[in-house]
Amino acid sequence: MLISKDSPAGAASPFAPILAAASHVILGKDHELRLAAACLLAGGHLLIEDLPGLGKTTLAHTLARLLGLQFARVQFTADLLPADVTGVSIFERRHEPGTSEFRFLPGPIFTQVLLADEINRATPKTQSALLEAMAEGQVSVDGESRALPQPFFVIATQNPASQIGTFALPESQLDRFLIRLTLGYPDRQAERALLAGDGGRQRSETLTPLIEPAQLLAWQAEVRQVHASEPLIDYLQALLAASRQAAAWRHGLSPRAGLALLAAARAWAWLSGRNMVLPDDVQAVFIAVAQHRLLSTSNGQPASSSEIASLLSSVAIP
Amino acid sequence: MRRWFKRSALPPPALSRSEPPWLFAVALATTLPHAFTQPFWLTAWAGLCWVWALILWRNDRRLPARWLLLPLALAGALAIRIEFGSFFGREPGVAVLVLFMALKLLEMRQRRDAVVVIMLGYFLLLTHYFEAQDIPTALWMLFALWLVSAALLRLHAGALAVRPVLAQSARLLAQALPLMLIFYLFFPRIPGPLWGLPQDAFSARTGLSESMAPGSIGQLVQNDAIAFRVRFDGPVPPKNRLYWRGPVLTAFDGQRWQSGPVTGGKPVIDAAGEDIAYEMTLEAHGQRWLLALDAPRQLPADARADARLTVLLARPLESRQRFRLSAALDYRFNEEETATSRALNLALPAGFNPRTVALAETWRNTRTPEQIVAAALTHFRTEAFYYTLQPPLLGRDSVDEFLFVSRRGFCEHYAAAFVVLMRAAGIPARVVTGYQGGEINPHDGFLVVRQSDAHAWAEVWLAGRGWVRVDPTAAVAPERIERGLASALPAGEPLPFFMRASNDWLRPLLQRWEALNNAWQQQVLGYDQLRQQALLQRLGLPGGWQTLAWLLAGLSTLGLVLLTTLLLYQKRRTPPEIRLLQHALRRTGVHCAPAESPLALAARLARENPETAQRLAPVIESFVLVRYAPDGREHLATLRAAVAALGRRRTP
Repeated sequence: MLISKDSPAGAASPFAPILAAASHVILGKDHELRLAAACLLAGGHLLIEDLPGLGKTTLAHTLARLLGLQFARVQFTADLLPADVTGVSIFERRHEPGTSEFRFLPGPIFTQVLLADEINRATPKTQSALLEAMAEGQVSVDGESRALPQPFFVIATQNPASQIGTFALPESQLDRFLIRLTLGYPDRQAERALLAGDGGRQRSETLTPLIEPAQLLAWQAEVRQVHASEPLIDYLQALLAASRQAAAWRHGLSPRAGLALLAAARAWAWLSGRNMVLPDDVQAVFIAVAQHRLLSTSNGQPASSSEIASLLSSVAIP
Repeated sequence: MRRWFKRSALPPPALSRSEPPWLFAVALATTLPHAFTQPFWLTAWAGLCWVWALILWRNDRRLPARWLLLPLALAGALAIRIEFGSFFGREPGVAVLVLFMALKLLEMRQRRDAVVVIMLGYFLLLTHYFEAQDIPTALWMLFALWLVSAALLRLHAGALAVRPVLAQSARLLAQALPLMLIFYLFFPRIPGPLWGLPQDAFSARTGLSESMAPGSIGQLVQNDAIAFRVRFDGPVPPKNRLYWRGPVLTAFDGQRWQSGPVTGGKPVIDAAGEDIAYEMTLEAHGQRWLLALDAPRQLPADARADARLTVLLARPLESRQRFRLSAALDYRFNEEETATSRALNLALPAGFNPRTVALAETWRNTRTPEQIVAAALTHFRTEAFYYTLQPPLLGRDSVDEFLFVSRRGFCEHYAAAFVVLMRAAGIPARVVTGYQGGEINPHDGFLVVRQSDAHAWAEVWLAGRGWVRVDPTAAVAPERIERGLASALPAGEPLPFFMRASNDWLRPLLQRWEALNNAWQQQVLGYDQLRQQALLQRLGLPGGWQTLAWLLAGLSTLGLVLLTTLLLYQKRRTPPEIRLLQHALRRTGVHCAPAESPLALAARLARENPETAQRLAPVIESFVLVRYAPDGREHLATLRAAVAALGRRRTP
């Protein structure tokens, strides 16, 4: 049954219990949680742009724990070096002669969920080391490629309020994040519950894994199999074309953005328990996928949600 | 009652920041060509407004307040009133429109203002055809039309980039092309202007006039504008026989030659040899006469030849027009002439030019009229006469001074002096003005006659032979008649640009351009009532406006039918599930926005109208399956059944 009003969104998918558990920690942010889950299931990386203290770390931590994934956090600073992220080879001296050798000490990137906090504080060199690892799924140190664990999921955060002494991510790097989110302030009720102690960081420590990492990989494979029909691809293309014709933005959406949109829509459909993508899925993820990829013509800032919403409402579903 | 006067609570839709550049372009494209014709102050005034508005927009500044614009508008209107003396008429009308357009740019606050600018732009497009209907104007107007339509599209299509808007505008114009062609070909052509144009619609034009004083033709010759074009049916006659007859001047007051009274009945022409048929495209000169090749035989239906063989139209020629004529090169004209007419052509003002009169008196009694004519021509040929465009100024006895003192003159001097000599010797004579010669444009074979070919010659009446043309200029400067003005004049004369020999390299280019212009005039602008009728005949249709009305209606209907078929065909190509859904939505009276997904529609209906939502639920569900599920086609039958069930369960 497609038209089901009473069941909460995502109830039909096997991921539902995880989302339900997470929503007890991250209060009142069901839509954002679901977008984060879709990003994870589509095998993409997540960029969260928000002020400090709004639960970015908690979100990353909660997802990692519930999915039984390793979790690491790197606070990016201006003096952080690429090796601080990827790891370094050291020469280990042993007592027995001839056994001394270089040993690779893996950096914090060798984890399954990496929280890259305030990524725009680091220098472009360090940023690109991380972003390359994100794109390739491996790290090259001393001429040796080392595969990262699977699944590998980066949640990077940016603080839009203080831009002094930061290196804004260039457009090409922004494109590597599948979805960009802003959490925003919790609503009154959620905040009250949070203050009452129902949720938050402490609560996330008590969570127990609900699945094995292998299960997540299997789900990701399922998501890739969700059917996208011809009319749906038509709709997707119409959206891409409209973004390229609009005067409000410097450039339209790239083909990579189109792939990202389809992947995110597939994950969203899968989360709704469907094996086919509907225009609704595309519309649901469109703002989160497109917003950081469209830069306004007038000030070079990411497009506003209302501009993107008006683009959505101007493109007819074929 | 106060409610009626309450302001609308809805805020007027504001103009977005990206709109004004389009409107600046519209204003520029539609008013710029007027800069060539309107007064300079208006161009400067409009340009200042334009630049001011542009700067305000660029710097995102507030537009000037209304109290400032009102005096500006009033001052501009007052200046127009002073310049033209009226608000009515073509030129002040256009000036007012340009003024409005410039001011409106300083008042662009709402979408309404943008619409005004665009509509004003469309209207201004039309006004350019008052000035010229040539190829550059047509091309520019096409460009401007494209821009204005693009601006209109942009205003309504929202935030689109420049390129798609321009492309869409071009597509629209291309789509309108067939309709334009149908109307061009079959809209009833009306001889003369379609609606009454104001008095000043036709401004003063260069050309011959009904009087001649020393120097007047010399002045006209400075102009190389085209007077008329001729295409001969047969070979072109030799240049020295191409005398294009204009006004004939008989009354002389000692200084000026005037038309004088016309006496006598129909002219009698006794022609030898075959008539030469030709077609003449005469530029508008605001006069009644045609410049017919001497001597005219066959005349257009609405023209007649007066007693002096000047071909006259019923009314002044106010637009370029084509005429079919024929001429006899060997002819005798009025072998019989009335006594009054002879007396008129013998009259000389008393007390003028005594030396000339005395010279003629010496010939009068000793020679026959033919000998007198020969003697006068010999006089011009043997004495040191000099053919020039820059003759010295002449005093009271102008002919005396010319014949015996200065001996420098242009064709009108020679013609006038010759006629005075003849009259004094007792031979009826008169001055004929017109054009002589012309030049073949090698690119289209038309003979082009310019103002610089203007000429004056003499006509004498000899008993038994009638009126005989005598060209004294030919005696002084035979090259003028044989080869044209440029070769007859000595170097250094102020010739018009087009005629200078040094322009040989430029000449072919100019000729090519003129041939192109001529083709445009003949083929495109020259499509008149007659040619429309001819086209109908060629199509095997009866002439008359009824046919045209039927054709217009028929072709438009045909176009509509074609369009409908195309739409129906496209509809046929729309997938069946969409047609089924549309059918179901129509049946339940539900409206669905283009960007509304089926599930969103279902959710909305569930909120707004649960009963309909329940009825439509199976339709929408199976529609979604057909369209998006992996095995979509298999659900088509379910969808059909669901839509059919909708009809059965319809409440009575």
